[in-house]
Amino acid sequence: MKTVFDIRDLTKVYGTGEVEVQALRGIDATLNEGELAVLLGPSGSGKSTLLNILGGLDVATAGSVRFKDRELTAFTDRQLTLFRREHVGFVFQFYNLIPSLTARENVALATEIAPNPMDPADALAMVGLGDRMTHFPAQLSGGEQQRVAIARAVAKRPEIMLCDEPTGALDSKTGALVLEALVQTNQELGTTTAVITHNVAIGGIANRVIHFADGLITRVDTNETRLTPGDIEW
Amino acid sequence: MSVLDRKLIRDLIRMWAQSLAIALVMACGVATLILSVGAFRSLDETRTAYYERYRFGDVFATAVRAPMSLANTIAAIDGVAAVEPRLQQQVLVDVENMREPASGLMISLPMERDVAVNALFLEEGRLPEPGRSNEAVVNAKFAEGHKLGLGSSFHALINGARTRLDIVGIVRSPQYIYALGPGEMMPDARRYGVIWMPEPTLAALFDLDGAFNAVSLRMLRDGNETEIIRALDDALEPYGGTGAYARKDQMSHAFLDGELTQLDGMARIMPPIFLLVSAFLINMILSRLISLEREQIGLMKALGYGRLAVAWHYLKLVLVITALGVAIGAALGTWAGRGLTIQYSEFFSFPFLIFQSSPDLYLLAAGISVAAAILGALRSILEAFALPAAVAMRPPAPAVYRALFGDLLGRVRLFSQLTVMGLRHLTRHPVRSAMTAFGIAVSVALPGVGMGTLDSIEDMIDTVYFQADRQDATITFMAERGIDAVEDVQNLPGIIRAEAFLSVPARLRNGHRSRQIGIVGKPAKTDLSRVLDVNLEPVLLPETGLSIGDRMAMILDVQVGDVVRVEMLTGERRVVDAPVTQVVRHYLGLNVFMEINALAQMTGTGTRMSGAYIDVDATEIDELYRTIKSTPVLGSVTLQSVALQLFRETMRENIAIMLGVYIGLAVVIAFGVVYNSARIQLSERSRELATLRVLGFRRGEVSRVLFVETGTIVLVAQPIGWVIGTGFGVLITSSLATDLFRIPFVVNADTYAISSLVVIAAAVVSALIVRRRVNRLDLIQVLKTRE
Repeated sequence: MKTVFDIRDLTKVYGTGEVEVQALRGIDATLNEGELAVLLGPSGSGKSTLLNILGGLDVATAGSVRFKDRELTAFTDRQLTLFRREHVGFVFQFYNLIPSLTARENVALATEIAPNPMDPADALAMVGLGDRMTHFPAQLSGGEQQRVAIARAVAKRPEIMLCDEPTGALDSKTGALVLEALVQTNQELGTTTAVITHNVAIGGIANRVIHFADGLITRVDTNETRLTPGDIEW
Repeated sequence: MSVLDRKLIRDLIRMWAQSLAIALVMACGVATLILSVGAFRSLDETRTAYYERYRFGDVFATAVRAPMSLANTIAAIDGVAAVEPRLQQQVLVDVENMREPASGLMISLPMERDVAVNALFLEEGRLPEPGRSNEAVVNAKFAEGHKLGLGSSFHALINGARTRLDIVGIVRSPQYIYALGPGEMMPDARRYGVIWMPEPTLAALFDLDGAFNAVSLRMLRDGNETEIIRALDDALEPYGGTGAYARKDQMSHAFLDGELTQLDGMARIMPPIFLLVSAFLINMILSRLISLEREQIGLMKALGYGRLAVAWHYLKLVLVITALGVAIGAALGTWAGRGLTIQYSEFFSFPFLIFQSSPDLYLLAAGISVAAAILGALRSILEAFALPAAVAMRPPAPAVYRALFGDLLGRVRLFSQLTVMGLRHLTRHPVRSAMTAFGIAVSVALPGVGMGTLDSIEDMIDTVYFQADRQDATITFMAERGIDAVEDVQNLPGIIRAEAFLSVPARLRNGHRSRQIGIVGKPAKTDLSRVLDVNLEPVLLPETGLSIGDRMAMILDVQVGDVVRVEMLTGERRVVDAPVTQVVRHYLGLNVFMEINALAQMTGTGTRMSGAYIDVDATEIDELYRTIKSTPVLGSVTLQSVALQLFRETMRENIAIMLGVYIGLAVVIAFGVVYNSARIQLSERSRELATLRVLGFRRGEVSRVLFVETGTIVLVAQPIGWVIGTGFGVLITSSLATDLFRIPFVVNADTYAISSLVVIAAAVVSALIVRRRVNRLDLIQVLKTRE
């Protein structure tokens, strides 16, 4: 199995001097091509910091992250922007849709600048929103909005999907639909997917579960048998 | 200090740039109010005091030759307080080192009594003494214009004799605050002097012993002006009276009044614009601030702060900004007002200046500003007042967008999603977008009005000097002469062409409306001094009837075909009913033209002429000047090119200052509006914009979303600004139109191009400043928080 991200001795310190916060204390990890990894841990454990660095939103204080054969930690701001544009799909807890664009246009926003995108309509159909394309975010439910966000992320055919608490603002039934969409794109498109959550139950759908505490990786579990999103409950 | 006040101070520090922008716009309103009303009051007060102390006349009249004893009859007219009979005469003046001839008005000074009306302010030296026949005093402007001091002398052509005059004193007169030579548009200190000499000397020189030919009156407080004018006309009629007129028609007073009216107009038009714009800006930032602080407001209320305390907290923010604006504006207005008053007093001739300090004005300015600010803030403050604690703690409902025009934007696919975002946001807040556009439009309009005034003056100059009065100069005789005299003029050196004209004083009546005027007769096919119709096309003068200027037609309320009663004020003093045969357009003075022979016939004097319009060969001009200076029959010479040059210089100087002010104000408004609007957009949309950055859009692309909206508003505002500018221009020029002159409002395309460029440049600069903030967006923070 090929390695997509190779993380070595990664450290992140916020602030300087008196109010220094160690968000990551020198972690080592890998993410493999096509796998679905769940990053599990309480808030403040460092999982979001890692995700932000992997997504090129934040820069490390020390250590290295290699994306395939390139040193991500050495990228300039401009290179990071290009990296996000071409390789990464994001899904956030609060969806972050553009309220002034319809569902289809929100997806088109990403496909317009991607080198090899899907048709926005196909992406929306994949997440089961083929009939809601002309709706504005305010006319969609929370679960629907999050599925639009997933469609937006997958429509550019990214190599990596980074999802930060994608079900955090949803009830369990709606959450299951959203996870379904994530698992489906992971399986159909082979997209390497990292999902952050503090919800232990969600770990069941992953290939591997990486446990975080206090800026360190405490344990990595590999699931021999994966659950479907319909099977889990919280 | 209470904790809320500390929050207030920190809020202000955080929003310092926006607050300052608002304060500056407000300061412009306060400054223009204090500036114009302050200058108006100072000048008005100065004028009143000057008139009062130096006994400026209420009624004026001239005659050919009235016996001195008539003065007693006039003094006996009911309501007359004082009478000043005097001798006055236009003369040609020759000052050393001046090529062209100048004109002068010689006025007698009584020797055995004090001057009863129009007393002189003696600035330097002394008054002439009886018996010393060459001693004279001159008005200060003329002395300054020629650097003539006490003891220097110049020559005047008096009754055919070149006479040396020695200056023994320099004076100012309330009657010549604005000393305008015959036929001139602007006072020309070098080419027009007022000269006072002892009465006996002038009586001898003008052959007017025991007689007078001009009179000024002061009325009692309860005097009836109309009655006095009528009685004075009756008294002077046998002695060649040419019709008495009231102070409001006195040239110097009328011009000064026009300027004061202009200042007053500025005080009425400008401040409301600025205060309106600042009210809007306050509305904009405060409504945003309060929607951002919903949770804080809820918290304050949950902690037990009352509704009033919360409302008062935000009101204080507005009041602090207002106080800053008022303070800056008051300082600026006071300083500029002083400067303006001094500038005016230098242009006019005042012996002293009374600066009116007006505490009430500052109170008024502060009051109006506070009212405007509260008006702008009211809605937001009420919202903060009414917000229930529980609701305030919950986020507001998500923004609802709708597809407009059947989702035209979405279906046409003409624009990228980024552009669509910008445009949808724009249409989501139609009122705010419209207000922003209005603010920017105002800033486009301001320099448009300023430069438009320049365009208009150039247009007026073109019409007056190059379409209508195309002669190089106008020669006026001391007294009317036979029509053959045009040959004499033709024979002067360097004359290419000469055309006779006749000017006859008359009173025109239509029912109860009447006006005194000089009817000007010209040859039917006059080519030098042409008559233009209302479309500014040259027309022939018909053989009968009056060609009446549009302003005069308006005053008399007549149109073509109506009959006007003409009371001749000279010769046999005939009263004739004459038809209006055409309405013509002229921008200077009040005009009634007739064919010269028809006019002479109507007057009953046989064909005569008052002077001639001439075209001169430029190479022989010096020779002509020399000859004119020694030709006794000439009363005055008006030189078009000199008049025009002076007019342009004066106007340019005044307008350059005004233009600088207008452009400065435009930049302040444009900057304030665009900066605030972009900052608010940024605060509303920082989450969206950060999302775009996360999705891989570059900084430039993300800024474009903001610029599409701001840019669209700025562009839409341009034509609106042109329309508002033209509207203002028409309003201002028509409010400035007087019987003395009218300016048509004309604006060239490049004027609006320049004002648009100025405003767009200001907008671009402020947008670039906001762009720096887009570049600093914190991607992670913004994604963590829920809107």
